[in-house]
Amino acid sequence: MSMMQRATEALNRTLPDRDVDPLTTARRVVGQPVSRVDGPAKVTGGAAFTADVDLPGMAFASLVPSRIARGRIRRIDVTRAAAAPGVIGVVTHDNAPRMDTPVLMTLTAKGCAFIDVAPLQDDVVRWNGQAVAVVVAESQECADAAAHLVHVEYDADAARTSFGDLQSEAVFPADVLGEPPEITRGDVDGALAGAAFVVDEVYSTPQHHHMAIELHATVARWTPEGKLHVWDSTQALVRTRHSLAHAMGLPEEDVTVTCRAVGGGFGNKTVWDHQLLCVAAARVTGRPVRLALRRKDAFRMTGGRAPSRQRVALGADAAGRLRALVHDSVTGIVHENSPEQVSVPARHLYAADTYRIGQKKVVLDVVPNASMRAPGDSIGSFALESAIDELASRVGLDPIELRRRNEPAVDPTDGTRFSKRHLIEAYRRGAERFGWQERNRVPGGQRDGRWLVGHGTASAFYPYIRMPGGKVRIRITADGRAIVSAAANDMGMGTETVQVQQAAERLGLPIDRVGFEFGDTTLPESPIAAGSAQTASLVITVAAAAEELKKVLLKRVPRRSALYGLKPNDVVYRDGGLRHAGDPSRAATFEELVGEAEYVEAVGSSPMLPLEFMKYSMHGYGAHFCEVRVDAVTGETRVSRWVACIDAGRIINPKTAASQIRGAVIMGVGSALMEEGLVDRRTGRTVNASAAEYHVPVHADVCDIDVIFLDLPDPLTPMGVHGVGEIGIVGVAAAVANAVYNATGVRVRDLPITLDKIFTGSGAS
Amino acid sequence: MREFTYTKAADAAEAVRLAAAGARYLGGGTNLVDLMREEIERPTALVDVSGLAQGITEHPDGSVEIGAATRNTAVAAHPRIRRDYPVLARAIVSGASGQIRNAATVGGNLLQRTRCPYFYDVAARCNKREPGSGCDARQGFHRTHAVLATSAHCIATHPSDMCVALVALDAQVHILGPAGARVVAVADLYRDPGETPHLETVLGPAELITAVRLPRAVDGAVSTYRKVRDRTSYAFALVSVAAVLRVVDATVADVRIALGGVASRPWRARVAERELLGAPAEPDTFKRAAEAEFRSARPLPDNAFKVSLAPRVVADVLKGLSG
Ligand SMILES: Cc1cc2nc3c(=O)[nH]c(=O)nc-3n(C[C@H](O)[C@H](O)[C@H](O)COP(=O)(O)OP(=O)(O)OC[C@H]3O[C@@H](n4cnc5c(N)ncnc54)[C@H](O)[C@@H]3O)c2cc1C
Repeated sequence: MSMMQRATEALNRTLPDRDVDPLTTARRVVGQPVSRVDGPAKVTGGAAFTADVDLPGMAFASLVPSRIARGRIRRIDVTRAAAAPGVIGVVTHDNAPRMDTPVLMTLTAKGCAFIDVAPLQDDVVRWNGQAVAVVVAESQECADAAAHLVHVEYDADAARTSFGDLQSEAVFPADVLGEPPEITRGDVDGALAGAAFVVDEVYSTPQHHHMAIELHATVARWTPEGKLHVWDSTQALVRTRHSLAHAMGLPEEDVTVTCRAVGGGFGNKTVWDHQLLCVAAARVTGRPVRLALRRKDAFRMTGGRAPSRQRVALGADAAGRLRALVHDSVTGIVHENSPEQVSVPARHLYAADTYRIGQKKVVLDVVPNASMRAPGDSIGSFALESAIDELASRVGLDPIELRRRNEPAVDPTDGTRFSKRHLIEAYRRGAERFGWQERNRVPGGQRDGRWLVGHGTASAFYPYIRMPGGKVRIRITADGRAIVSAAANDMGMGTETVQVQQAAERLGLPIDRVGFEFGDTTLPESPIAAGSAQTASLVITVAAAAEELKKVLLKRVPRRSALYGLKPNDVVYRDGGLRHAGDPSRAATFEELVGEAEYVEAVGSSPMLPLEFMKYSMHGYGAHFCEVRVDAVTGETRVSRWVACIDAGRIINPKTAASQIRGAVIMGVGSALMEEGLVDRRTGRTVNASAAEYHVPVHADVCDIDVIFLDLPDPLTPMGVHGVGEIGIVGVAAAVANAVYNATGVRVRDLPITLDKIFTGSGAS
Repeated sequence: MREFTYTKAADAAEAVRLAAAGARYLGGGTNLVDLMREEIERPTALVDVSGLAQGITEHPDGSVEIGAATRNTAVAAHPRIRRDYPVLARAIVSGASGQIRNAATVGGNLLQRTRCPYFYDVAARCNKREPGSGCDARQGFHRTHAVLATSAHCIATHPSDMCVALVALDAQVHILGPAGARVVAVADLYRDPGETPHLETVLGPAELITAVRLPRAVDGAVSTYRKVRDRTSYAFALVSVAAVLRVVDATVADVRIALGGVASRPWRARVAERELLGAPAEPDTFKRAAEAEFRSARPLPDNAFKVSLAPRVVADVLKGLSG
C-alpha cells in the first residue's frame, strides 16, 4: 500500500459515518417477494436478446480461431474464403482498422476488457483459439463455411500452457485488489511447528469456463457521420462504451451501447475481442454486422476462472484455537490481468495468533482469465474451508464449534470493526433447519441402500462493494407515475424488478406506478453490474435523485398549497406525493405538483466515494449445509439436500434474492463435482469446449435448495442491503468436499470430485 | 456455404440407389448434422431415411423386429420391450436427453460416432477423422477412453448405450445393400480400430440398416442396464453394463454381459460369461469373472480407474439380478 493510500485510510477512519438510511426498516414494498416484472416476456420468448437484433442490410460474421498457443502468423491466405458464395469481406491483421488497446477492467478504471491488446493489430498469436480473421457474409451459414477456407500458416513458439508444470516460476503480483499480495503477522512457521493439532495440505482447482445459456453476441452499426451504435450482450454498458470509444479513437458521446436483456453474465459479459472484431468488420465492410459467438468460441475466446494451487496450513491449540494460519496460493494469470483473489477469505474469516496469507501468479499463454461469480473467493474458500473441516476432525470438534471458537472480534487482518457480522447466527439458524445435530458423525458411517450418506458444512463470505460514480434520473409524469432511468444492466438476476421495488419504497408509490428504464448508454451513466454491487450502488443513487427531485417539486408548490414554503428536509414521500414530515394533513400528490407540465425530473449522483469500507470491515457471510450420497460401488456423488443461511444485509426481494443464492449453489455444485476445463499442455488448447463435454449440473443433478436470509440490515449501507449475486457460491465446493469426506472417509483436495478420485482413494467395495 | 442435396427416400430400395450414387443416410440427424457443422463430415448429398421402416413387429417365433427408423423413445416406451427386454428400455432412457431420443433413430444410434474430443476438434490430430495424422488422445486427455481392444492408432470408445443392450441381447442387424440383403449380429457390426480406426463397421458402401431383430427373450432370465457417469443425465458412460442372467438352483444357467465405455465397440464380455456359466451365482464368482474380462486391458494413466471400476459394477449388477 502506498503512503498516500495509508494516509487516506487513516484520515478516513476519523470521518463520521453517514446517517443510517431511514428506509432501512421500511417494509411496504421492500422485503416483499415480488415476481419478476420481466418474467412473462422471458418465459414466452418475447424478450429480445442481442442475437435477436436484426437490422436492415445486416451482414453476419464468423471468426477463425488460431491453432497455436504462441507464435506468429507466417502467411494468411483468404483468397478462397473471399471468393466463397455470399462472402462480403474478410478482415485480418493485414486490413483491420487500427485499434487502440481496450481499457482493462479494474475497480476504478472505466474500461472492462480482460485482454490488454486489441485484436488483429499484428501477426502475433497470444493463445490457442484467439481469432486471427473475421469472415463477413450475407448469412451466418455462408460466413461459417467460408471461415473454414481461410488458410493460415504459423511459426509457433514455445508456449507456457501448463499451470501445473510452471509452479516453480510463481511470483508475487503487484497487488491483490489493491491489497498487498502477502500479509503476515508473527512467527507463523514457529507457531505451526509448536501447535497441538496441525493440518497442512495442498488443494487445487482447475480452469473453469463460463456457461451462461446466452452466448455472447454483438451487433455493430456505423452511421454515415462516423458514429457507432453497438448492441451487445453486456453487464457493463457504460464501460463497454468507454472501452470501444477508446479502442476506436472516438469521443464517448459518439458511441451508443444498447442491451436490454442478457441471458447470464456472471462476470464474463464484458469486453473481449469479439466486440472489437465486430466493430472492425462493420467498418471494413460498410455494413451493420452481427457477430454471435458459438459455444466453442465462448470457451476459447472469453475467459473464466483461473486454475489454482493452494497450500493451507492450520495450527491449533488443544482447544482448537488457531495459533497459525497459512494460505500460500498460486493462480494462473495472463498479462496484466488482476490475479484471481483466492487469498481474500483467509484475510477475513478467522482469528489466528499468527498468519501468512498470500498469493503468487504463474503467467500463462492461454485465454485471459476473467471474473467468474465470486472470483477467487469461491475457490479460495474451497481450500480454506476444507482445511478448517480437516482441523475440526483432527481436534475432535464439531466444525461449527471450531468456527465459533475462532470467531474474531474485529477484522482479523485489517483490525477494523465489523459493520455487521452474523456468521455464527447463520450457522445456528442453518444448523437448526438442516438438522445438523442428527448428522452422520462417523466418516463412512451412514448408509442408505447403495448410498453412503454424508453431511458437510462451510462458510459463505463475500465483500460488500459499492461502485463509485453513477447517476439516476427520476421523472414524475403528469399522471403521477415515476420513471427511474439509468444505464444499468439486467443479466437475468432481477435488476428491473428490484429497482422498481426500491424506487417505489423511496418515492411512496405502489410498484405498478413505477417504471425502470435501463439498458442503454443514452440514459444516465451507471456503474458496471459486478462485484454484487449494482443494487446497493443504485439504491444510494436513487436516494440522491429523490432528494434532488424534492427540491424540484417544492419549487413548483403554489402559494395556496399546504406545502408552500417547506424545505426538502421538512417533507417526505408518502402516498403518491409529498407530505410534511410531522403533519400528515399538509400534503400534495404528484399530479398536483406536476400540474400542467408533461413531467418533472431530477438527476441525482452517487453521493461519495465508498469510503465506508475502508473504515469498517464490511462483508456478507453465510453457512452452507449439504448432504451428499455417494454410490458405494462406483463413487458417483449426488447432492441430495441443501440449506444455505445467508447474512447479506436487508433483502429487498426474498424471491429474486433466493434465486440468486440457488443459482450460485448450483454453480458451486458444478465446480465441486464436475467442472474442469481441459487445457492440452502440448497445444494450450481447451479440449472440451462444448456443452456436451464441459459438464455443469443439469436439472437431475440439482436437489431442493432451501435458502434462509437472516435479513439483518447493515446500518452503513443504503437500505441496509448487501449484494446477493455472488456470496452463495462461496463455500459450496468445500461443503460438498466435507460431506463427501463424511460419507466415505475419503478427502478429495483436487476439484472436481469425480468418482475416480473417491474410488481409487477409498478402495471401498 | 457448403452445399448438399437433400432427398427424402420413398423406400429402402430408392435409398440404397441414391447412396450408391454417393449420398449419405440421414436418420434423426442428431449426430450427423452436428458433425457437418464442425466440418468433420462433409457429405455432398443426403438421403433421409428417417421416414422408412418405423415400427415394432412381434413375430410368431417370439422375436421382435424394430424398424431402423423407429425413434429411440418409441423403442424404450414399447410395452413388449419394457416387459421382455428391460435392459434395452433402460439403456435407451439412460442416454442423451428426452429431446434427442425423440429425434434419434435406431439406425443412427448404431452408427453414431465417437465422442473423443480430439475427433471433434479439427485442429487436433485424429486417425479416425484423418487417417495417418496421429492420435492426440493417447498422450492427451483420455479419462473417458477405451481400455480394451485399443490400438496404437486409436483409443476412442463407441458412445452408445442402446447398442450395449443390443449386444447383450444377441440382436441382429438387417442390412440392405446394392448387392442385396444380409444379416449381421450387432456384436459383429463393429471393427476393432487396429491400423484403420476410420473404418468403424463391416458395412459396405451404400449399405442401409433396415431393422434390428431381437431374438426371443431368454425364459426365466432377468436383465438390466447400469450406467456410471459424471452427472445424472446427459453424460456419456464412463462404464456401463448390460446384463441378462438366469439362475437355476443358485447356479448361473445363462448369462450375457455387454459393456459400454470401455472399448471401441459395445463390448461383449465373453471371458466373464465363460467363467460364470455353470458357476455358483455368488458375489465372489461374479467379481472374479468380471476381473478376468479385464486381464487383457491396456489402460493409460487417466483411464486406469476403469479397469477396477468396471468389474465392480459388473459384479454389483449381477448381484442385483441374482438377489
Ligand atoms: C448432447 C448429446 C448427448 C448424447 N448422449 C448420449 C448418451 O448418453 N448415450 C447415447 O447412447 N447416445 C447419446 N447421444 C447420441 C445419440 O444417441 C445419437 O446422436 C443418436 O442416436 C443418433 O441417431 P440419429 O438418428 O440422429 O442419427 P444421425 O445423426 O441421423 O446419423 C448418424 C449416422 O448413422 C448413419 N445412419 C443413420 N441411419 C442409418 C441407416 N438406417 N442405415 C445406415 N446408416 C444410417 C448416418 O449416415 C450417420 O453416419 C447424445 C447426443 C448428443 C447430441
